[in-house]
Amino acid sequence: MRIKVRALQALMCSALLLAAGSAFAAEAGEAAEGATQTNWKAWHAEIDIANKGALQRGARNFANYCLGCHSLKYMRYSRMGQDLEIPADLLEKYLIPPGEKPANYILTTMPAADAETWFGKAPPDLSLMARARGPDYIYRLFKTYYVDPTRPTGANNLQLPAIAMPPVLSELEGLKKPVYKAVEKQGEDGKTTTEQVFDHFEQVAPGRMNAEEYDAFVRDTVAFLSYVGEPAQIQRHALGIWVVLFLLVFTWLAWLLKKEYWKDVH
Amino acid sequence: MAAVQGPHSGATPERKGFLGWLNKRLPVDEFISSQLTGYYAPKNFNIWYFFGSLALVVLVLQLATGIFLTMFYKPGEATSFDSVEFIMREVNFGWLIRYLHSTGASAFFIVVYLHMFRAFLYGSYRAPRELLWIFGMLVYLALMAEAFMGYVLPWGNMSFWGAQVIVNLFSTIPAIGPPLVEWIRGDYGIADATLNRFFSLHVVAVPLALLLLVMLHLVALRQTGSNNPDGIEIKKKLGPDGHPLDGIPFHPYYTVKDVVGVGVFFVLFTIVVFFVPTFGGLFLEGPNFEPANPMSTPEHIAPVWYFTPYYAILRAVPNQRMGALLMALAVLFFFFMPWLDRSPVKSIRYRPFLSKLALAIFAVSFVSLGYLGLQPAEGSYVMLARIFTVLYFAFFALMPIYSRIGQPKAEPERVTYHAH
Repeated sequence: MRIKVRALQALMCSALLLAAGSAFAAEAGEAAEGATQTNWKAWHAEIDIANKGALQRGARNFANYCLGCHSLKYMRYSRMGQDLEIPADLLEKYLIPPGEKPANYILTTMPAADAETWFGKAPPDLSLMARARGPDYIYRLFKTYYVDPTRPTGANNLQLPAIAMPPVLSELEGLKKPVYKAVEKQGEDGKTTTEQVFDHFEQVAPGRMNAEEYDAFVRDTVAFLSYVGEPAQIQRHALGIWVVLFLLVFTWLAWLLKKEYWKDVH
Repeated sequence: MAAVQGPHSGATPERKGFLGWLNKRLPVDEFISSQLTGYYAPKNFNIWYFFGSLALVVLVLQLATGIFLTMFYKPGEATSFDSVEFIMREVNFGWLIRYLHSTGASAFFIVVYLHMFRAFLYGSYRAPRELLWIFGMLVYLALMAEAFMGYVLPWGNMSFWGAQVIVNLFSTIPAIGPPLVEWIRGDYGIADATLNRFFSLHVVAVPLALLLLVMLHLVALRQTGSNNPDGIEIKKKLGPDGHPLDGIPFHPYYTVKDVVGVGVFFVLFTIVVFFVPTFGGLFLEGPNFEPANPMSTPEHIAPVWYFTPYYAILRAVPNQRMGALLMALAVLFFFFMPWLDRSPVKSIRYRPFLSKLALAIFAVSFVSLGYLGLQPAEGSYVMLARIFTVLYFAFFALMPIYSRIGQPKAEPERVTYHAH
């Protein structure tokens, strides 16, 4: 009986060891993978403006996480609802803050003067951010926040160093810290100096989302901001196809007419 | 091979009724006959000859879309940027009108550059068409002024800083420079006064000048008749009816042909307008979607692509005054083409090797400078810009010499044309 218990204990221990071992091996593998430098400058938002679902989710994300500080001063709630095919009742219930009319522009209630005191700089209007900087810029911005105790907000950013905006999405993404690598550089004077350059991120605290969920969250938000930058792009593509087709037919007919006339020219 | 008779060529028949009444009071038939059905153009025009009519079409497009934009645009430091966004978002089809206008600006330059290159290929600037060429160059100058001031109007950050850089070039003029710049701006910096006068010039003064110059360009063309890819004068060989043997009435033959060109052009044009209106930042630049901000300079100040060859020349010279002077010379040299070119033949088809090579080098230099003008002025880009600047000017300065070297091929008696 006693022997049996011992055997069982041994079995359980080895099973635990095995599990721990494989977990460790997996971690080591990941670490090895992470050791290859994260080339964040090559990341692309890869948004699809025709994906209404993504735009709707982006609108929800904006209302929940951005509107507290940022305005979309050229965008009306009603236009957004219309373009993104959000039913009026849902728009009213979830996206329009109490007291706002559907025809109102999407404006934050945070006073600019207070914002300047709090952050050193009023949060910019985001209506045209995707047009001015490009969707990739915003995508990289939200994917390269990291812990930096030297900053007043406790966070810094690779895309926009010394960013004034606090890491508002860290509750979703969690916290990550940068791992640096020493790189030898030859200066103009011929001297070799060692520089610490960013290598990759290391997750130090989990968020409510895993990496994939967070990535999708950011992409949806960027897609929405890209739509806001130019709401007409939805109509533009749809109308453009017909215009080009019409012109192709017109040009073909004009060419037939030209051929007919030019038969006389020898 | 008799010349083709147009339906209305020759004497205009006496008309009765309303048209008779009208023609006694307004020379409608006479105009149509002299300008269209009785105007004989060489029958051997190739693809290069589409760009003149296309330039006219784009001019009309710019005027038409400009009228609608002016209805909603509000010039002023505090209103310009917002009113452009209002057009893009709230005006019915405002985005389409704006994109037609902004894409039209770039299309205008593409078409005009190809039209000018055609003149280089076939010697269209040569006697007796010197004045036609000069009117064309004045159209080009007016177009540059029009495009520059139009670019300032949205009052984006690149509008502001572009205006800053370009207007400041005038300050390099000795003695009168600084007060001249102040006079142009109407203020000590690029400001509300500058924006409003640029608006006035962009929508009234320069378009009027453009229309007048285009009319003179066309009148001069009717006087000398078109050149053609063979570079020979069709008026030298007249048929028994007094019309050139190698000429065909402009209407219907070239009107119907030009419509095909317009069709192809609009297919390409609308693809840009509807699917890639910013053209990757070339036609509408990213920093211009940020409002003008005198406190924040864009990372790289670059003009729109059609000015970048000259911008690259400006930056290739370390001394700003010399750079500005060379930039002006780069445009002025075009005016002297009719007298710099000493080749016994007009068309590239019959020119000797050296002249062909020179034109090829010039074309490569112009395009390369255009590319370099978009890049930051650093590292090897500066050296490349200097090399191409030298080649650019060598093309003009050495033309009186190299255009006479080598044995040209014999020009044909009649134009080369193969009926399809």
